[in-house]
Amino acid sequence: MITFMNNSDSEEEPCNERTSLMSAESPPVPSYQDGLQASEAGEAQAHRKRRTGSSRSPNNIADGDTSDSGVPVRESVLENEEEELTLKYGAKHVIMLFVPVTLCMIVVVATIKSVRFYTEKNGQLIYTPFSEDTPSVGQRLLNSVLNTIIMISVIVVMTVFLVLLYKYRCYKFIHGWLILSSLMLLFLFTYIYLGEVLKTYNVAMDYPTLFLVIWNFGAVGMICIHWKGPLQLQQAYLIMISALMALVFIKYLPEWSAWVILGAISIYDLMAVLCPKGPLRMLVETAQERNEPIFPALIYSSAMMWTVGMAKPDTASRGPSQQTWDAAEDGRENHRSPLHADSQMSETRSPVPTRPTTSFEELEEEERGVKLGLGDFIFYSVLVGKAAATASGDWNTTLACFVAILIGLCLTLLLLAVFKKALPALPISITFGLVFYFSTDNLVRPFMDTLAFHQLYI
Amino acid sequence: AFFWLVSLLLASLIWFVSVHLSDREDAKLQYGLLIFGAAVSVLLQEAFRFAYFKLLKKADEGLATISEDGRSPISLRQMAYVSGLSFGIISGVFSVINILADSIGPGIVGIHGDSPYYFITSAFLTMALVLLHTFWGVIFFDACEKRRYWCLGLVVASHLLTSGLTFLNPWYEASLVPIFIITLCTGLWAFVTAGGSFRNVLKCLSCKQEDDSRVMMYSALQVPFED
Repeated sequence: MITFMNNSDSEEEPCNERTSLMSAESPPVPSYQDGLQASEAGEAQAHRKRRTGSSRSPNNIADGDTSDSGVPVRESVLENEEEELTLKYGAKHVIMLFVPVTLCMIVVVATIKSVRFYTEKNGQLIYTPFSEDTPSVGQRLLNSVLNTIIMISVIVVMTVFLVLLYKYRCYKFIHGWLILSSLMLLFLFTYIYLGEVLKTYNVAMDYPTLFLVIWNFGAVGMICIHWKGPLQLQQAYLIMISALMALVFIKYLPEWSAWVILGAISIYDLMAVLCPKGPLRMLVETAQERNEPIFPALIYSSAMMWTVGMAKPDTASRGPSQQTWDAAEDGRENHRSPLHADSQMSETRSPVPTRPTTSFEELEEEERGVKLGLGDFIFYSVLVGKAAATASGDWNTTLACFVAILIGLCLTLLLLAVFKKALPALPISITFGLVFYFSTDNLVRPFMDTLAFHQLYI
Repeated sequence: AFFWLVSLLLASLIWFVSVHLSDREDAKLQYGLLIFGAAVSVLLQEAFRFAYFKLLKKADEGLATISEDGRSPISLRQMAYVSGLSFGIISGVFSVINILADSIGPGIVGIHGDSPYYFITSAFLTMALVLLHTFWGVIFFDACEKRRYWCLGLVVASHLLTSGLTFLNPWYEASLVPIFIITLCTGLWAFVTAGGSFRNVLKCLSCKQEDDSRVMMYSALQVPFED
């Protein structure tokens, strides 16, 4: 029924912006409000400045002058508050990211457990050409390693290509690519998914209704993701396309290759984000130099950087410069977006950085969110989905992987609060997830099964 | 939950190794190893609960030192409750979710001569276990805080006792009833440990509003920060 998979140049790895967790801290904004708010805003701003100043000094020159007077006086007091704010926001950010990651995993696991299509083997991607139907274990292992090498090199090539495009300012090309990818994802994959779900539940739907539903879903999705839309709707769309992409991966990656790829991707991620010559790091630095956001698409943002109301004349004039600050802050995402011409990647744009901020100071503390690349969502869901699909029908393994991934995310966010720069979100979570998957499947499952057989509780 | 999972992992490892090193055919030996595995698991769970207590204590101190008024935003009691609850939830879920998944499918309970009440008793046992873990968490943390080691020993002993009672399992009168009695007693003990008393319950039930004895002061004269 679906033939694209065999000649698929359209199947693509979802390595979009993945792993990069950026704390969306904004540079402190000088407050021109009079009255009660001046002192607290000033204080808050001064220590926000101190907090962000350490990691982004070149960018803060412009609006640092207004707060300079207060800074030396209150240094010691502010340091404590600074740390407290960091931890307070850290905890809040953890929760803000747990919910979407959990939702994405729930969608993937629910689909895997109910729709049989995604666990059937119907061919492979061209990025994993070696088959795993070999008689010997050694041959199978070799094939999976070769598949991994091919996949990772495709990802590296794509990322480098993207970085080059960005460096030479081929923005139109990049935007076109992103739009094409999200079009394919929103329409084609949703159509396939809906078809399979309807088949599973034996529900008949006529073509006109189908066309109406898919058209509306896709059109609203494109608008929400690439232009403007309510925050929650946008987040919902991002979660849905991450889930769709993860399902594609779960279906088309052969067993052992999937696990080896997960491991290799987290190693690659670690290197790409942290090494000085890593492509993602160069992307981030280039964006920082130019003071512009890196592809607002492909990132899940937990909060908008704009507020409503209280537009003051002073702030309005400084609107554009504030915007570039926010943009620079947001731009610190490290994503790896190996965009492929026919990719079906979940590239979506969150319209966050292009919003002018008015009376930013007021709601800055609440609105500041954390950004997580969509590739992270995708790979987390692939891990949990694969655990659900292949763990001998056992729910314990799925749950153990879920807890492990969330704890890894928690630790990564903790590191983010400590180091305050872009960090890869995959390594810790995927490591924990893999360890827990294999150990739960092989060690805990027989133990719990034997206990349950005798109805023993521990 | 993560800590509980790690403890379960280690216990399963120990059990797995012991099973592989022993004679598979001997049913009595295997049953004995199972009991051994369960006991080791209980002890490891409590050990990890203690480790979690240590971790939270450190975090609590850290939060207290950097906060404005020298107190941490979460009290140790709240942490104890949350820790107990999460241990309980993960333990309950791991025990019961496969049974729940199987209960959807077609089948007859106990067709080979086992008890037909398997599902309902599993449900009740899991509920008791979740509640017990919550209560044990509260008591445990309080005992560690106040260094009452006999309380700690009592918690571990009651966990071992509960797990041991489940070995009587198809004989549900002997296992379910005592377990529920233990749950009730532990619940009362935890309630008293957490500071509850009969008077508190009455006050809560009568829904009286407390007078707020704090006074808020406003000052409209503040020098702007930048000047």
